[in-house]
Amino acid sequence: MAHAQSHTKRIWNVFWILSAITIVEVILGIYKPDVLHLTSFLGTSPLNWLFIILTLAKAYGITWSFMHMEGEKTWFRRAVVWTAVFLIIYLVTLLLIEGEYLYSTLAPLVRW
Amino acid sequence: MESNIAVPNENKPTWGGGGVKPFGASYGKMMMWFFIVSDALTFSAFLAAYGLTRFKFIDSWPIADEVFTHVPFVHGEFPMIYVAFMTFVLIASSVTMVLAVDAGHQMNKSKVTVYMLLTIIGGIIFVGSQAWEWNTFINGSYGAVKTTDGKILQFTKQSGVDKEGNAIFKQIALADFVVGDRGNARVQHTKGNGLWFEDEGTISQYSIAQIVNSYEGNPDIQIRTEFIDLGKKQKTILSREKGSEELAKTRLVVEGANLEVNEYGNTIFADFFFFITGFHGFHVFSGIIFNIIVFFNVIVGTYEKRGHYEMVEKVGLYWHFVDLVWVFVFTFFYLV
Repeated sequence: MAHAQSHTKRIWNVFWILSAITIVEVILGIYKPDVLHLTSFLGTSPLNWLFIILTLAKAYGITWSFMHMEGEKTWFRRAVVWTAVFLIIYLVTLLLIEGEYLYSTLAPLVRW
Repeated sequence: MESNIAVPNENKPTWGGGGVKPFGASYGKMMMWFFIVSDALTFSAFLAAYGLTRFKFIDSWPIADEVFTHVPFVHGEFPMIYVAFMTFVLIASSVTMVLAVDAGHQMNKSKVTVYMLLTIIGGIIFVGSQAWEWNTFINGSYGAVKTTDGKILQFTKQSGVDKEGNAIFKQIALADFVVGDRGNARVQHTKGNGLWFEDEGTISQYSIAQIVNSYEGNPDIQIRTEFIDLGKKQKTILSREKGSEELAKTRLVVEGANLEVNEYGNTIFADFFFFITGFHGFHVFSGIIFNIIVFFNVIVGTYEKRGHYEMVEKVGLYWHFVDLVWVFVFTFFYLV
């Protein structure tokens, strides 16, 4: 088998990026700036959106670089990624809508 | 005929589906990917169910910062720090795994060995941390009471004022304010001292009457309910009179959390926490086992003889997947 070239440098770069994202998340999670935390944007706070985007960025880094998805053949990659992404979005959307409905129906019945 | 029977092929490398490579990936690797897709859907279903339940109880869901606040060996409250450390450990072990795969491509046996070992150590640290986290959660930190209508009441004390002059309340433990005698001389009944070999559920450290009396006798204590003030995203603090009224409905003293009661709020929060982090922890545990098997195979030279280190790559995929899931669990349990 041919000796492939080493990608050590790139691996460490991805590691530092992932760590930096985690540190940003933790700092935001501890301080929760009011401007981001107590305001609302598209159904939830901008802070939550930021967390979700940063999470997806980390997921991308792990899948593309660590799991070496970038090196796979295009249609193999799509068979995996598109299937999972489509089904997950579908499921999450339906369940969250249902959760919202349950809240609007049940919450008025609870006395605090 | 020949198409129906297995053809013996001594000369071909049958491991991993022979030499056939659809999409340029061996069967072993491809099936690992498809397993990961199905496992990802399982985890998404759990997290989506968690999301549904959280939306259903959006006005009373526990605030993660107030639940996971402890760090081993250090006294005090540091939300996020420990779980951030766990995330970091898992990312680091992902990196050593990827370095092992990289070393495998260069057929560098000693490097693969070292990196596999580091990955295993990272995994063990993570699972150990999770066990500690569970232990802290199960034992609880403050204690609370549960009312006849199923609500959790926690106890707070004013700790200062904010910039606008509003009082800031800080949760205190039962042990910090409950005084006097429990009023009923109840002792834990164990298997050993009964006529029948039956024991009973844990008796709380303090009795209900004792807690109510201590509350009435100490004007500094105010009760916090689960209800969230959605404008401030904080739990509501009741006035002394309202608190007294609610406290009169106490049914149970809750210390810690399990599948039936939860001092931090909704019981189903604890259920999801145990279920999802438990399922993830089990994945990490299996990953460690796979890594150990591959580690020994590397040492005895199995892959050296086979001519390639693809097995390291395959367990690597699984290991990264476990890291990937944790990234989402971290966000949806601790951040959002």
